[in-house]
Amino acid sequence: MKYDRILIRYGELSTKGRNRKHFITHLKRNIREVLKEFKDIHIQGGHDRMYILLNGEDSNPIIQKLSTVFGIQSFSLAVRSERNLQDIQQVGLSLVKQIFKPGNTFKVTTRRGDKSFEYDTNDINHAVGGHILQNIEDIKVDVKNPDINLLVDVRPDAIYLPCDIIQGAGGLPVGSSGKAMLMLSGGIDSPVAGYLTMKRGVQIEAVHFQSPPYTSERAKQKTIDLAKKISAYSGYVKMHFVPFTKIQETIRKHIPEGYTMTATRRMMLRITDEIRRKNDGLAIVTGESLGQVASQTLESMLAINDVTVTPILRPLISMDKLEIIDIAKKIDTFEISSLPYEDCCTIFTPPSPKTRPKLSKIQYYESDFDFGPLLEEAVNNVETIIVNNEDSIENEEFADLL
Amino acid sequence: MIYFDNSATTKPYDEVVNAFVKISTQFFANPSSLHNLGGQVEELIKQARLQIANLLHVKASEIFFTSGGTEGNNLAIKGTALQYSNRGKHIIMSDIEHASVYETGEQLKSLGFKITYLPVDQNGQVNVKDLEAAITDETILVSIMHVNNEIGTIQPIEEIGKILKNYPKILFHVDHVQGFGKVPLDLYEAHIDLCTISAHKFHGLKGNGLLFKREGVRISPLLTGGSQEGKLRSGTENTGGIVTMAKAMRMIEEKRHEKGEELLRIRDYLMEQIGHIPQIQVNTNPTVSAPHILNFSAIGLRGEVIVHALEKEKVYVSTTSACSSKQTKLSRTLLAAGVPENVAEGAVRISLSYENTMDEAKAFIQTLQQVLQSLNIVMRDSK
Repeated sequence: MKYDRILIRYGELSTKGRNRKHFITHLKRNIREVLKEFKDIHIQGGHDRMYILLNGEDSNPIIQKLSTVFGIQSFSLAVRSERNLQDIQQVGLSLVKQIFKPGNTFKVTTRRGDKSFEYDTNDINHAVGGHILQNIEDIKVDVKNPDINLLVDVRPDAIYLPCDIIQGAGGLPVGSSGKAMLMLSGGIDSPVAGYLTMKRGVQIEAVHFQSPPYTSERAKQKTIDLAKKISAYSGYVKMHFVPFTKIQETIRKHIPEGYTMTATRRMMLRITDEIRRKNDGLAIVTGESLGQVASQTLESMLAINDVTVTPILRPLISMDKLEIIDIAKKIDTFEISSLPYEDCCTIFTPPSPKTRPKLSKIQYYESDFDFGPLLEEAVNNVETIIVNNEDSIENEEFADLL
Repeated sequence: MIYFDNSATTKPYDEVVNAFVKISTQFFANPSSLHNLGGQVEELIKQARLQIANLLHVKASEIFFTSGGTEGNNLAIKGTALQYSNRGKHIIMSDIEHASVYETGEQLKSLGFKITYLPVDQNGQVNVKDLEAAITDETILVSIMHVNNEIGTIQPIEEIGKILKNYPKILFHVDHVQGFGKVPLDLYEAHIDLCTISAHKFHGLKGNGLLFKREGVRISPLLTGGSQEGKLRSGTENTGGIVTMAKAMRMIEEKRHEKGEELLRIRDYLMEQIGHIPQIQVNTNPTVSAPHILNFSAIGLRGEVIVHALEKEKVYVSTTSACSSKQTKLSRTLLAAGVPENVAEGAVRISLSYENTMDEAKAFIQTLQQVLQSLNIVMRDSK
């Protein structure tokens, strides 16, 4: 007997009352997106469980992909049985036989999600356990510490026998909490900030600033690779590339050196906010962590945040660098982030940027020059692409060679 | 022509050769160069690495490109020895390892390391209990091949991995050169730390291969310089070799799914037919062997003579492994498996690929019978 389905237990959303349907719809959509390469599977979204019917697809890669989908508390490979004792006994026996090694102990754990079933937990445990004892030599019962724990899950439509319970990623289904723009630099912090925001159900679109020839194509490729990694949590990520050279050059020309960094961040934020508005986003996400660099002091944040009233989410604000690195390693972005390409934040950095810029001063310096048209031009020339987690080869010329 | 010497090397796929030409003319830039020509090549190599990682079900950051099987094996073993000689100087191998493992052990011996060579049974398999008994506090590495290159025996790699899981300080290296594309091996499942693969054994080009190094495992580089391959293996990347290896890996895995059963059928047919020839002893036990290697001895004849007699009929086989067949000494593997010297002397290895057909197998049996007959007449007359 082969496991023919995956049973998915919902996370926090089980408690969300009226919004439940909304959450389930998003979760189902995300799962479908992540598993779209598996053509034969069928997803059944139920009120408190979801089932993926494998229809012959290999379960291993599917399990791997599911483990990154937010909104799943846990999941298991399972076999369906009819609602009668004989069938449960038969399915249970064949499952145990598959993994049994001489000397193994076992127990049966029944959960009656449907109390109307004619047999109670003890009846089922005894009937199934007895059947296994009769049919496998050398097997013993151990209820405290069994080698094999056979689960029997009684549901209204059928009875399911799941294999081990695999921990899901938790959180809320991406998209169920709306959309936000992530300022993705290519460093260690911003992908982590994106990941954490996605975990709470937010769909992320990434905004990246490019200043060729001061920055290289490789820096862009690096952010695409990062976006690909975090798209494992949502299926895909939309990316916006902003041409930023002219603005950076203008800042350098018109703003006193100590304030160029502050001005640069303000312009970036204004552009991001405009892209957010055009794409119906509800917030902006940054990888700022308090006190980490000159732009991440409270004074700097006040001076930079001044350009918008849009909520700015800073999920890393209280984290230490090492904590951030731990997460970056977990989501496999650390190595990509550590590649040494210059991004817009590191070029033109003055030797000593102001760590305590004054809002009134930056406002005064900027009033000297009308950045409006330049910002508009940048927004109008944004290049937008969609990246997904499939390891497909985008470059057709490469596809031919590989 | 019947080419039955695929464990020595394979003929590169046409697709591989064509792609190599295109890469060498269009993507010749150095991937470390800053300009976008270099960037493109870097991206191409990255894609190749990713494709390979997916085929092996590991991470791209765990793949390190080398010049082939010999380098991979040397890097894994010497790299571990250099890195951990302060932890211990004991290494465990088997009696039937490929020369690039065995001789590396011998070289390390001369540098003060202790090497335990595990014996094998008559099938050529190591005993897991022997392995466990050989482990000491000083042991830093176990290096066991997956598929033996001379008689095709598959070693109990997963079982060994399970045992070594209990010894976190011992690294586990597997020489997978003969196995890849023929006998699947789950590197994570088998708790393998280091694994060597070579491209020309599966229709890629000579001069390239890879070492899998599990995340978190540290070994010392043998080639230092420009810090390529994560500092583990410096030297400008062999772009054409790397990319065509990725291609050949994809193709051989596809063929394995398509033609795996056919290959077994051909092997079993050969096994049966050869088994019927009175003067022949089959040295390969099919129940524990890879589907592409078959070793037999014509008793009373030298293997070399059969190779040359067959080559006249445009049929190509080997005596033992190609690397040691130029030396006149007898097969280390066969002797270790308890084959008597006079039988080992007559050893011939047939090694198949998915390109071989049942018709070739039938023609081969006929040719072999003819060749043996005429050789026997000569041998009798000379007595």
